[in-house]
Amino acid sequence: MHQAQADTSASTDQAQTSAAAVTLGRAIVLTSGKGGVGKTTTTANLGTALARRGARVVMIDADVGLRNLDIVLGLESRIKHHLLDVLEERIELDDALVADKHTDKLFLLAAAQAREKDEVETEKMRALVERLRERFDYVLIDSPAGIELGFRNAVAGAGEAIVICTPEVAAVRDVDRVVGLLGNRFRPSLIINRIRPHLVRKGKMLSVEDVNGILRLPLLGVIADEPEIVVTTNRGEPLALRDGTPTGAAYHAIAARIAGEDVPAPAPPAAKASLFERLGAMFGGSRR
Amino acid sequence: MIEFLRKLFGGQGSSTTAKERLRLVLMTDHLELSPEMIDTMKRELVDVISRFVEVDRDKIDVSFERQDRTLAMLANIPIIAVNRPNGNGAVVEANHETAAAPPAPAETQASAPEPAKPPSRKRRRRKKAQSAGTAAAVAVP
Repeated sequence: MHQAQADTSASTDQAQTSAAAVTLGRAIVLTSGKGGVGKTTTTANLGTALARRGARVVMIDADVGLRNLDIVLGLESRIKHHLLDVLEERIELDDALVADKHTDKLFLLAAAQAREKDEVETEKMRALVERLRERFDYVLIDSPAGIELGFRNAVAGAGEAIVICTPEVAAVRDVDRVVGLLGNRFRPSLIINRIRPHLVRKGKMLSVEDVNGILRLPLLGVIADEPEIVVTTNRGEPLALRDGTPTGAAYHAIAARIAGEDVPAPAPPAAKASLFERLGAMFGGSRR
Repeated sequence: MIEFLRKLFGGQGSSTTAKERLRLVLMTDHLELSPEMIDTMKRELVDVISRFVEVDRDKIDVSFERQDRTLAMLANIPIIAVNRPNGNGAVVEANHETAAAPPAPAETQASAPEPAKPPSRKRRRRKKAQSAGTAAAVAVP
């Protein structure tokens, strides 16, 4: 997040030199390497949480050919134009931005469904993100899986990155690779997704410490694998709409951290110890 | 008894396995030795060993493998002849399996000259290349 602070101060300088200049928003790419770890769900929830804090937020679905972010947000029936329409200048940007149903100041720029990732020109993508930064406080870019052109396009205009990792060997390995690829530009922060506290307790799942002991990234937050995420995704209502739920609250805590608030260090979701586990602890079973 | 109860109520979970696999796979990922570098290393390794024994350069096989807590370099270097000062060139043709098996030609092994150490690099197990010098193979328990 240091990058962001540098960016902000740089744009403040610009504002002082030129009266017309505006403070640019922060462009953050969410990526992971591996597919299916929850990039899109996380983007939808963080977009919702940031906008509910009062920020102007736009989410770009950069997964051209596999449009999904609209589904998670429940906006699929409202998409008329997409990212490539804008990049190829067939449509005005304003006509392609879809306002969210549930949250004010939250917008989506959907991916093209019937197109391919290599049809996106990296330079145009960069220019678009730059334009959006003039109008929004946050530009969240939902990267496709992989490390090819689609990923590179998603990263092109970003000034910061968040990597999403699940507690699995393959996911950690892929994040490690992505961090290596991002290495020259910025150091990403980490969200660990789909932790199952009871499995971690039993030593059947990598813990937050295991994962970040290897990745060693600034930890933004931990999201538990809750059935309610499935339910809310089914309905097209991000869980961050319900900040009373533990997972909703976890997204809001991450949003607060992104906004620079000094929220206490993310505690891994706790699981109640079962009777057997407590007995096990009595016998000195170290579960690691 | 305590051990039994510990197993019953908890014990080591599969996360330990996951962690170990992850550690090793990342070690391999980060090793980033290009095929050319491995070839060069192989050549230099053989040059050193050739100072003591005659090896079959065409049949040399070098590979990397994960072994319990480390990344191991396995070098299978068939010895054609031992260059003894008295010229008694015993022919030893051995591979991975025979080298590890008990009925290996113990006499030849015992009288083989001290093997040279390969160029030492981090994360390699020098022990293997040493045994390669004696019996043309590398075997790790």
